[in-house]
Amino acid sequence: MQIGVGLPTTLPGATGGLILDWARQADSGPFSSLGVLDRVLYESFDPLAALAAAAAVTTRVRLATTILISPLRNTVLLGKMAASIDALSGGRLTLGVAVGARQDDYDTAGVAYNTRGRTLVEQLSALREQWEGEGENAIGPQPARAGGPELLVGGLSDAAFARVARYADGYVHGGGPPRAFARAADKARAAWVDAGRPGLPKLWAQGYFAFGDEATIEAGRRYLADYYAFTGHFVERIVEEMLTTPQAVAQFARGYADAGCDELVLFPAVAEIGQLERLAEIVANLESASTSQRNRS
Amino acid sequence: MKIGILGGGPAGLYCGLLLKKANSGHDITIIERNATDATYGWGVVFSDRTLAAFQEADYKSYRAITDHFVLWDAIDIHYRGELIRCGGHIFAGLARKQLLQLLQARCAELGVTLRYNTELNDLAAFDGCDLIIAADGVNSLIRKTYAEIFQPSLTPGKAKFIWLGTSKVLDAFTFIFRENEHGLFQVHSYPFNGTTSTFIVECDEATWKRAGLEDASEDDSIAYCEQLFAQELHGATLLPNNSKWINFVTVKNATWHHKNIVLLGDSAHTAHFSIGSGTKLAMEDAIALANAIEQYPDLETALSDYEAVRKPVIELFQTAAAESRTYFESVQRYTRLEPMQFAFNLLTRSGRISYDDLRLRDPYFGEQVDRWFDDSYRHRGSELPAQGNRGFEKPVHGNGAAQRTGVYTPLLAPPPLFTPFALRSLTLPNRLVGSPVLVAARDGVAGAGQMQQLAHSSVGLIMPNPVAISAEGRITSEDGCLYHEKHLKAWKKLVDAIHQASRAKIGITLNHAGRRGAVRPARDGLDRPLRTGGWPLVSASPLPYTPRSQAPRELDSAGMAAICADFVRAARMADEAGFDLLQLHLGHGYLLASFLSPLTNQRSDEYGGALENRLRFPLEVFDAVRAVWPEQKPLAVALTITDSARGGLSIADGVAIARALKTHGCDLLTILAGQTVPETEMPYRRGFLTPLSDRVRNEVDIPTLVGGYLTTSNQINTILAGGRADLCHMYVPELAEACE
Ligand SMILES: Cc1cc2nc3c(=O)[nH]c(=O)nc-3n(C[C@H](O)[C@H](O)[C@H](O)COP(=O)(O)OP(=O)(O)OC[C@H]3O[C@@H](n4cnc5c(N)ncnc54)[C@H](O)[C@@H]3O)c2cc1C
Repeated sequence: MQIGVGLPTTLPGATGGLILDWARQADSGPFSSLGVLDRVLYESFDPLAALAAAAAVTTRVRLATTILISPLRNTVLLGKMAASIDALSGGRLTLGVAVGARQDDYDTAGVAYNTRGRTLVEQLSALREQWEGEGENAIGPQPARAGGPELLVGGLSDAAFARVARYADGYVHGGGPPRAFARAADKARAAWVDAGRPGLPKLWAQGYFAFGDEATIEAGRRYLADYYAFTGHFVERIVEEMLTTPQAVAQFARGYADAGCDELVLFPAVAEIGQLERLAEIVANLESASTSQRNRS
Repeated sequence: MKIGILGGGPAGLYCGLLLKKANSGHDITIIERNATDATYGWGVVFSDRTLAAFQEADYKSYRAITDHFVLWDAIDIHYRGELIRCGGHIFAGLARKQLLQLLQARCAELGVTLRYNTELNDLAAFDGCDLIIAADGVNSLIRKTYAEIFQPSLTPGKAKFIWLGTSKVLDAFTFIFRENEHGLFQVHSYPFNGTTSTFIVECDEATWKRAGLEDASEDDSIAYCEQLFAQELHGATLLPNNSKWINFVTVKNATWHHKNIVLLGDSAHTAHFSIGSGTKLAMEDAIALANAIEQYPDLETALSDYEAVRKPVIELFQTAAAESRTYFESVQRYTRLEPMQFAFNLLTRSGRISYDDLRLRDPYFGEQVDRWFDDSYRHRGSELPAQGNRGFEKPVHGNGAAQRTGVYTPLLAPPPLFTPFALRSLTLPNRLVGSPVLVAARDGVAGAGQMQQLAHSSVGLIMPNPVAISAEGRITSEDGCLYHEKHLKAWKKLVDAIHQASRAKIGITLNHAGRRGAVRPARDGLDRPLRTGGWPLVSASPLPYTPRSQAPRELDSAGMAAICADFVRAARMADEAGFDLLQLHLGHGYLLASFLSPLTNQRSDEYGGALENRLRFPLEVFDAVRAVWPEQKPLAVALTITDSARGGLSIADGVAIARALKTHGCDLLTILAGQTVPETEMPYRRGFLTPLSDRVRNEVDIPTLVGGYLTTSNQINTILAGGRADLCHMYVPELAEACE
């Protein structure tokens, strides 16, 4: 399993400068990817713009949306944007898409909410066709990776797992304890195997962290409570599961590695560069980041 | 706070005492229609997990409860005159009456007001209460009064049951299954006070009517049951307690609270008694509600918190209970199974207890299961197969069956997955089936290296990925094929190599892709049409698979004849190449399957319309292939049991198709589902095909092969020992990396 880090694009007080410093530093650290989240109706940066900027100041890390609410976006323009970031970054883009969990994002963007599933399906096949387009179909730019960026699908419905198997390269999980991930990973693999796709789907997952004194950790909790307020009662669990110690990170990572996760992206809950530095130290020492176990139970 | 509680059952009493204990300032009254010592029902069962919660909530009542416990660890299953016993499970029980008395005493001690012999018909008695707790059971008056808000759903189960007691002292949780001229009856019975036991009798409605129990009095019912279970009761009597035959009602509510009113226990939810947890859930509700009220000064917040904490837990239990209820409602399906397998199937019905769990709980039972499984095969093996699917005939079973017939029985039996399996004259060395990971074919053979590797990986049967019977029948341009001399040569070479190097057998699946043809390899995603070099497609009806797919031509009779001939040619070649087993692909929306599903077959000729018509062409092909495939070799079918899509094949349709195939001499069914159309509602997860296999195998009485992402010996042994399939497909993702 590899470990990536999230960019602080949705955190209160994060400036453009911090985001670019963060990207640069992560590129030199033990991290394998930079993740971004997507939310329209929240004080936050556009995920694709942030990845484009990150592409310019990094050379090594993968650049991933975990996830992008793709039905909010025009498919051709999204395809072009993704191909552009892929070309600009030398093939480092991983595009994770899903329908998202909030109707207000759709309402704000003026996009129909009730057809989101159908739109996503249409986008999944259209994006690939566009990236592979040749001759008169070509829209460009030519993505660096043949066939276009790596494509992941997120979500927890039965339909989401079927879509992973039919259209995508892998699955991206929304968060929770390793046990919840293991269940979802099983579903993704079962759908994949049933579809007769060779090998196994790429499995991505994520978690949150905040390190430091009580006040810093409390600030992290406040942010999560606010960002996930829409989940109702569930928000308490999200806040509770935030990783605040090296031990917690190690055990969380081990749990995910054992459940077959390929890439675990840890997102900050506090917008300070020190948070990234602390995580880098911890991740550099992790056992589970170097072993690639597969849980087969 | 002034608190009114309706109902002095476990929920009401326990909640009353916990609230009072937390805050003696509360003014709490419990109103109960019955007298203090009157109660229906007999014993209740608890698990060790629940007990820990009781200990934490109120030590005094916990001590009183545990002082009266009867503890035991075995489950007995009486079936077809045999007794199968499995130990290592932990149960604790006590009399409901005892439990209520303990709780009443503790309530009185803490100063809760108890008003007995008081039946409420409206809620006027609770005027002025800050909080009203509806602990008034499954027929809750309060829930009915506010039905518009709680939106209760009451779903009666299909079976009839009667809750009796018995003077028989039991030392195990006891299931009895007994069939008479009226039908099948089941008993759930368990000890609770050292002198008497709970004895619940259940049967389906038709049986109940045939037995004349519809109009029977309590005494008549008891007399009937005493006679029916005379052998198990050993002269003990059955005891009434105002007992009636009823249907179990599953209660659910959209919300559990409204203003200052909250539902607790059975008034909020019920879960079928076969998982024995109603009282436990009621008392856990009481703990959660008392905690929430202690923690949040604001009542609305407290009640919301209670509901938010409990609802997900209850939903899990209700799902498990529904599965268990369904099992008992359809247990008739399993009465063909031998006692040991029947018992194993019953113990593992919920999916939460596996083969390994049972071995750990009771190693002796585990060995018995292994021995039975191995023994039943040995018996079958000793018969010489002549024709038909001999391999599946009912084995002679019973303790000492081996001695009787003089068949050698080893000291220790292998686990089920390492027992052999016979189909016609083919004997597979074990129950594991492996396939290569999809790679491009060379000379018609895809994954030769992987299959040679599989032959050395303790796999009993190797099944290559589906092989095309003609160039037009390919899925992709990289598919394995069998329609040319060079394909035959290449396959023969591989088959010979495998036979020489190992005991593994090798089969072949013949396929025509139909409207799913001319696409790119699956590594690029599913059903993505080839951009260049495609070929025209055919199907039952001219409907493209996806909006981007090529529209197929509707197959005419000449086309059907030609395709049938292609299947026959491929079958002949397969025999010549030395394949041990032949399988026809009737699944996943490929050509033959496209005839079966109403979603893909809209023909108006004799090949469309009713299921019988839709089956016609696939059966013609089956018969033609059977005619040329050597008599002693088995012929299998890979079949989509359900389309899992609206308007498509249901599981019942799948069972009917399986029946028809069996009649035509099909020896084995590989269980598939979905992919008839691209968007389905398939609940993918590990082992998602197992329930379908279970149903088809046991309803149709045909051997099955099942996959569905199985990766461990435990999953496979659980499936095999429970009689849910005969062969299991194991997924080995590492193969591709290791070989190609
Ligand atoms: C066949 C069977 C077997 C079972 N076996 C088990 C088992 O082994 N283990 C287990 O844990 N659970 C078992 N249960 C479930 C268990 O009996 C119930 O879940 C449990 O009793 C629920 O407690 P309660 O307090 O919510 O309701 P109840 O126990 O039903 O109590 C409700 C009380 O309210 C009173 N009441 C109702 N309406 C009024 C009114 N209008 N005025 C005054 N009083 C009123 C009733 O008289 C009653 O005393 C079984 C159930 C059945 C049907």
